Amino acid sequence: MSPSALLQVQDMRLGLADGTALVDGVSWSLAAGQTLAVVGESGSGKSLSAMALMGLLPPAVRWLGGQAQFEGQALRDLSERDYRQIQGRRIGMIFQEPMTSLNPVMRIGDQLVEVLRCHLPLSARAARDRAVELLASVQIPQPEQRISHYPHQMSGGQRQRVMIAMALACDPALLLADEPTTALDVTVQADILQLLREQQQRRALGVLLITHDLGVVSQVADHVVVMYAGQVMEQGPVAQVLSQPAHPYTQGLLRARPSGKLARSERLHEIAGMVAAPTRERLGCPFAARCASALPQCAREQPPVVRPAPERLAACWLVSQGAAP
Amino acid sequence: MTMNTLPRRLLSSLTFVVGTGLLLAMLVMALLGPWLYPQGPWTVAGAPMTWPGTDAALPLGTDALGRDILAGLLHGARVSLLIGAAATAVALCVGIVVGTLTGYFGGWVDDLLMRLTDAVQTVPPFLLAIVVVLIVNPSVASIVGAIALISWPTVARLVRAEFMRLREADFVSACRLMGMRPARIIFVQMLPNAIPPIVVSSSIMVASAILIESGLAFLGLGDPNVISWGTMVGLGRSDLRAGWYLVVIPGLAIMLSVLALNLLGDGLNDALNTRLSP
Amino acid sequence: MNFLRYLLRRLAQAALVLGLVIVLQFLLLHLAPGDVADVIAGESQASDPAFVQQLRSELGLDRPLPVQLLLHLQRVVTLDWGQAHSMDAPVWQLIAERLPGTALLMVSALLLAIVLGVALGILAALHARRGLDGLISVLALLFYATPGFLVGIGLILIFTVQLQWLPMSGMSSLYGDASWWQRSVDTARHLLMPMVSLSLFYVAIYTRLMRAAMLEVLPMDHVRTARAKGLGRWRIVWHHAARNALLPIVTMAGLQVSSLLGGSVIVETIFGWPGIGRLAFEAVFKRDVPLVMGILLLSSVLVLLVSLLVDLIYTRLDPRIRLR
Repeated sequence: MSPSALLQVQDMRLGLADGTALVDGVSWSLAAGQTLAVVGESGSGKSLSAMALMGLLPPAVRWLGGQAQFEGQALRDLSERDYRQIQGRRIGMIFQEPMTSLNPVMRIGDQLVEVLRCHLPLSARAARDRAVELLASVQIPQPEQRISHYPHQMSGGQRQRVMIAMALACDPALLLADEPTTALDVTVQADILQLLREQQQRRALGVLLITHDLGVVSQVADHVVVMYAGQVMEQGPVAQVLSQPAHPYTQGLLRARPSGKLARSERLHEIAGMVAAPTRERLGCPFAARCASALPQCAREQPPVVRPAPERLAACWLVSQGAAP
Repeated sequence: MTMNTLPRRLLSSLTFVVGTGLLLAMLVMALLGPWLYPQGPWTVAGAPMTWPGTDAALPLGTDALGRDILAGLLHGARVSLLIGAAATAVALCVGIVVGTLTGYFGGWVDDLLMRLTDAVQTVPPFLLAIVVVLIVNPSVASIVGAIALISWPTVARLVRAEFMRLREADFVSACRLMGMRPARIIFVQMLPNAIPPIVVSSSIMVASAILIESGLAFLGLGDPNVISWGTMVGLGRSDLRAGWYLVVIPGLAIMLSVLALNLLGDGLNDALNTRLSP
Repeated sequence: MNFLRYLLRRLAQAALVLGLVIVLQFLLLHLAPGDVADVIAGESQASDPAFVQQLRSELGLDRPLPVQLLLHLQRVVTLDWGQAHSMDAPVWQLIAERLPGTALLMVSALLLAIVLGVALGILAALHARRGLDGLISVLALLFYATPGFLVGIGLILIFTVQLQWLPMSGMSSLYGDASWWQRSVDTARHLLMPMVSLSLFYVAIYTRLMRAAMLEVLPMDHVRTARAKGLGRWRIVWHHAARNALLPIVTMAGLQVSSLLGGSVIVETIFGWPGIGRLAFEAVFKRDVPLVMGILLLSSVLVLLVSLLVDLIYTRLDPRIRLR
């Protein structure tokens, strides 16, 4: 854990009031100018961890343990009021559904000006000019006119650009992106990812990217955290993890991607079984039931966290025994 | 979900239980009336303007002419509830027929009947009721008719909406393909599905009917041969300074019965709607 | 251009409905036992059959029904709505005199209902299923169940009889010269109780509607975005939630005019308020058929106009519809 980390998550545990854990002991860190991807299936807890960092947990979910540090400040017990100083100002967030994420009865310009004037001491005029600049910076054509448009007058890709502009309006240090391209056409996806990369380089932004798409990870991320059922299975530099996955789950994910190399008669690889429902106690490795290489102790004892390489971590009995899965 | 769970769910809903309880109390009052006070509410029972609680034989006091308030209350219960129920029943009949026709057949039938419904709804309901009651001379029957006249459009629209929705359903198309006669499709297949919202809205309608009836009676447009809660309020208005109980007691009765019916409707709504969701 | 076409289409629809209303009223008129001539004759104490017959032919009552209908339509359109024989004045004039009073009462009642209902609905939704929500819901239920005349009488009991703060009838107690300000205050004092009496029922309705609408809007994505922007709580509640929830409420408000007019009959009668509601009641009691029909007709026209207006306003309010 580097001391200059922008964002540091330590053993984060999130869950319900009765103790059922939905995120169960997640730790990673993110430095400025880096992109960290959190990958997993639905139900892995990846979105929830991002919401916790942003202070947007649903009422039924709370912190059960652990801590998160952002710019040296502890996030876990921040009051709603203090969080508002951070939301939109130091941390920006964009979501999966650009079609419904903007207020339909408010003009685009007003929605941008709103966040600007909330956090920065700008006059109405200055805020409006800044809004135009922001739209231009995310490559929306004719920003002067678009300012007065409503969301429904824009395409999905354009709305996501507006979301990005809004999230970055006050020059935050961190951007949380929850499946930003999932709901967009493939062609538009590439543009948005490109845009994110540009913005990151320009502003030395730290980006936390939540996704289930390994393709996206390989395009934009520097580091990756692989989650399953609320726990971290593996993490490390993208190039290494994707080319030489240590954990059986990561291997399964990579194998399951259609690569165009299968013969016509071959079936797509899949990971057999389904994600188990969250339970109150930890009982060994959560992936054990579906793991083809499971050892007897996998279902009984929590696997240790080992380092298959200097910058990598994996939680697996198999890996800890040095055996190649 | 089977039908067995419906009674259980109804009983566990507080609103339904309270509403039904209150309503039953009202019904008991209505039934007790002629039994406890066979002489009717119009006879002089004691000294005029007796306050409630001052005379054991006149628990709720008397009005300006010495008539027993409690007798009036119990007899009035019969009138109000009867009119409310009857008017709603008639409105349901007419409304269901119109709604079924427009919802199932659509086309020019729909246009024509809908414009007719619009026309009736355009005239302010209470005004229409007043006019009708006056033209036909106030009596229980004419009041029932007037209230039914202003209430059926709501039912018709409701049934129409349900039928238009059901018309597109797969099982209806299947019936049509099977060659089932329209009458059979309507009565046996579609109507039973439209019942839940109709049931919920009927209890609200009875509540509205009671409100309108009491409004009419208050203005002196009720049947002159019977006493209703509204009549009592209207009569008591002139002696307000001397005895506000004349107004408050029947007023509370109206309020409680309307409340009861609303709670009943809410409870039914909750119970029936959860049935529709998977 | 689309807007113009929509407007014309709505006007045509409204005209058709109005036509049906006029025909319906005409039929109602003729269902009454006895006819206008009898009534007039009865009023003037003349029972000579020949006289009544002459009156009939004068009023065109002995012509066949379809012809009478056409005559009726013609008179309606030319605003010749007849003479109110109970008050010895043209129907149209009487209505025109009393219309502003009712308009004032209805508009203020509706405004109060919307403002209060929306505020209570928002509060209830923000505290959903907790203390304040329960309290507001119970309050709304009570308001809904209490008949308007009871509220009116209750208010009179408290504020006029007991406290003697407010006048209980009429629209004005000033005589002679008075400043504009004095006149306004005086009218306001007279307006307060009738306005509240008429409004309470609708407060309940709007509270319920707004609560339901807010509960639908609050979990929506764009509200989550607003939170992620670090905006103030009330800004989110109003600009991002309530403004979206209000749209269906506005349309509802327009549709209540019909119901409000009915309610105003009772309220105006209790408070002696000079409006068309009270006029209608008096006319009905005195069996003044032309006056009653005139009021019915005007009410229908008002309702149609307002619903048309509301439709048009809605298309302006919702940007998704406006710019199509």
